[in-house]
Amino acid sequence: MDSCNCIEPQWPPDDLLMKYQYISDFFIALAYFSIPLELIYFVKKSAVFPYRWVLVQFGAFIVLCGATHLINLWTFTMHTRTVAMVMTTAKVFTAVVSCATALMLVHIIPDLLSVKTRELFLKNKAAELDREMGLIRTQEETGRHSRMLTHEIRSTLDRHTILKTTLVELGRTLALEECALWMPTRTGLELQLSYTLRQQNPVGYTVPIHLPVINQVFSSSHAVKISPKCPVARIRPAGKYMPGEVVAVRVPLLHLSNFQINDWPELSTKRYALMVLMLPSDSARQWHVHELELVEVVADQVAVALSHAAILEESMRARDLLMEQNVALDLARREAETAIRARNDFLAVMNHEMRTPMHAIIALSSLLQETELTPEQRLMVETILKSSNLLSTLINDVLDLSRLEDGSLQLDLGTFNLFAVFREVLNLIKPIASVKKLHVSLNLAPDLPEYAIGDEKRLMQTILNVVGNAVKFSKEGSISITAFVAKSELLRDSRTPEFFPVPSDNHFYLRVQVKDSGVGISPQDIPKLFTKFAQTQSTATRNSGGSGLGLAICKRFVNLMEGHIWIESEGLGKGCTAIFMVKLGIPERLNEPKLPFMPKVPTNHGPTAFPGLKVLVMDENGVSRMVTKGLLVHLGCDVTMVSSSEECLRVVSHEHKVVFMDVCVPGMDGYEVAIRINEKFTKRHERPIIVALTGNTDKVTKENCMRVGMDGIILKPVSLDKMRSVLSDLLEHRVLFEAI
Amino acid sequence: MDFVNQLQRKFIDYSSSLHREGIVDDQFTQLRKLEDENSPHFVMEVASLFFEDCEKLINNMAIALEQKQGVDFKQIEECIHQLKGSSSSIGAMRVKNACIAFRSFSGAQNREGCLRCLQQLSHEYSLLKNKLQTLFRVSVASRCLYVCLVIFCRENEHAEPFPDVLVFQLEKQIVAAGGSIPRVH
Repeated sequence: MDSCNCIEPQWPPDDLLMKYQYISDFFIALAYFSIPLELIYFVKKSAVFPYRWVLVQFGAFIVLCGATHLINLWTFTMHTRTVAMVMTTAKVFTAVVSCATALMLVHIIPDLLSVKTRELFLKNKAAELDREMGLIRTQEETGRHSRMLTHEIRSTLDRHTILKTTLVELGRTLALEECALWMPTRTGLELQLSYTLRQQNPVGYTVPIHLPVINQVFSSSHAVKISPKCPVARIRPAGKYMPGEVVAVRVPLLHLSNFQINDWPELSTKRYALMVLMLPSDSARQWHVHELELVEVVADQVAVALSHAAILEESMRARDLLMEQNVALDLARREAETAIRARNDFLAVMNHEMRTPMHAIIALSSLLQETELTPEQRLMVETILKSSNLLSTLINDVLDLSRLEDGSLQLDLGTFNLFAVFREVLNLIKPIASVKKLHVSLNLAPDLPEYAIGDEKRLMQTILNVVGNAVKFSKEGSISITAFVAKSELLRDSRTPEFFPVPSDNHFYLRVQVKDSGVGISPQDIPKLFTKFAQTQSTATRNSGGSGLGLAICKRFVNLMEGHIWIESEGLGKGCTAIFMVKLGIPERLNEPKLPFMPKVPTNHGPTAFPGLKVLVMDENGVSRMVTKGLLVHLGCDVTMVSSSEECLRVVSHEHKVVFMDVCVPGMDGYEVAIRINEKFTKRHERPIIVALTGNTDKVTKENCMRVGMDGIILKPVSLDKMRSVLSDLLEHRVLFEAI
Repeated sequence: MDFVNQLQRKFIDYSSSLHREGIVDDQFTQLRKLEDENSPHFVMEVASLFFEDCEKLINNMAIALEQKQGVDFKQIEECIHQLKGSSSSIGAMRVKNACIAFRSFSGAQNREGCLRCLQQLSHEYSLLKNKLQTLFRVSVASRCLYVCLVIFCRENEHAEPFPDVLVFQLEKQIVAAGGSIPRVH
């Protein structure tokens, strides 16, 4: 051989194996060089690759391996020592790098593997989340649907609309084939088809309520799948129809009495309706859980809406009833008011109109009595006079009673001589009693005060009435009148438990007992005695006349005097005792009772009691005017007289302290003048005191005077003392309000 | 003095008879009380005014009732009301009663009744007028007599002492009868 530094390959170059090796090496080199290129290319493309160092290392390893194989290509033929050297270097490097890589891969490969696991894990998680998202979305969907349905259901308070809307909306939301509502009948033993979705007017199918399938539905608060064959699901009449899945749910029907706070209705309610829902038969749809939930929610909402509607109906009905009652009551009240007004008008008119002719009759008859008459004529005239007096008394009684009931009667309190009252009664009754041969005795207790404060006239009327009754109903025997001061232990009588008199320092209770030995009264008649117009029908009393008003009026007077009156009798034929107690005042000073009516003593008795007092007198009648002027001049006043209302308004000034005006002349409006005077003098201290002079002091006149702002009213004719006391009262108090 | 006493007695009797017969009532007494030195003839003035008024009203009513076309009862009622007012102010009781009776007839629009009442009313009124005029004459007479006596006393002071007692008695009697003592200067 030569001494070239060539290295002989181990194998002969022409060998086939050599050829294959040569080709394989070539391709390996190619592959080894292209792998890092690919790696680089794809890594560059990917955003994240954490192992760059590994890549470099791996790349170096691969490149060196490729280089090795590439260089190996030259070793198949004769090659120089350089090539061999390069080859060896490459191999050495390759060995180093590959060992390093192998060592490093021990660390790297588990990591890479775990990346894979993590990836798998994340994929699973993502799938799970997707599933959950799907669920939430369906739930939200359901919630939205049920809210919408609720809104639709609750937007109306009309029962039919509620139910119809429910069915329609449910049908739409769930794409139902048919939806029906079965309501329990009045008897509660059957369910009746009340509403359906598709059919307009459901014919009255009924189903007994105690079917097992129905019980099953009613006992559960959830929607229950039922068989399409059961009676409640067979709504369509056609036979070929094969419905899809059917679900039924109960709808609680709540009564008003079932409402309790914090109490779930299903504990207390007893009645249910049944809602049946059917899916379309041609689709293979099934009932999903969320749809069932929706149905349950809707059923509850419907229950609530229905009960609201029921409450509303109830309250509307009650309100209508109340309105009707109100109207009726209003009418009744107006009628009553009209009746009262009519009665008052009637009384006011009658008061005047009845008395006037009576006065005429009495006046004329008494005048007639003065003339020359034959005895028969005289007898007739006397009868007329007696009858008309009786009639006058009757009219007064009736009018008095009406005024008493009206509440307009007030007592005329004054100091009077009590003994004199009894004596007067005795004097009045003695003639009649002696005619009937009855013995009358009066017994006044020693501690009875001589003077008392009270209504003398009415007290006398009462005593007279009671004694008169005693005389009237006795045919023989005696009448005894006893009067004494009621002591506190006697004040409370067991027979009159509702009467609680309270004695005090200023008042005492006068007790009067009138005992007679007459016909007596049976116990059952006693309560009727004091009712007006009622009379006992015994023969003895039939001829005694009278209207039956006497005792009723007495009772009212006694009540006004804060007392009590009652009658005791042991029975028919045993006589009776009338007892009454009235409250009277005790006069303060002993010399006061000697003076007449007004409790205030006028300070100046002399004729010039009111020196220089400027007074205006308005009266159309010349004579009255002159008389009034004379009175006032006598009292020292400076009097201006006017005879008409225009003159009065012209003349009146703030210098006049008092204006007397006559208001009983028809046609001249004294009230009008009073109003104008009030308008003219706006300040109250400048305005003169206005006093009306009138012939009658009934309530209407008094009210009219008060209404127009008058300060007082005096009944004509006026005496000197009355005028004096009236003026002193007026000037002291600026208000009088009535002097009779 | 006997004459004076008789006169006084006649005055007292007369005025009490007026009351007794019901021609005048309490109001008249009140009017008498109003007479004093400032208005010594008050009652007479009032009475004359009343007589004038009364006559006028009675005439009006008579004319109204004579009307052939139709009696105006409203006017009659107004007149009656006036008359009633006047008579009650002066205290003429019988006139007032007659007015009341008259009013019922006029209210019933009964012409015959009204005519009868008017007649009665005129009768009462004349009676009252006569009596009152007599009364005034007596009272005036007694007062004149009193004045004469006093003047006589004053003029004849030096004569036998005229019993002041008598004058005093006379004063007392006049006052008791309801008259008033005229001032003699």
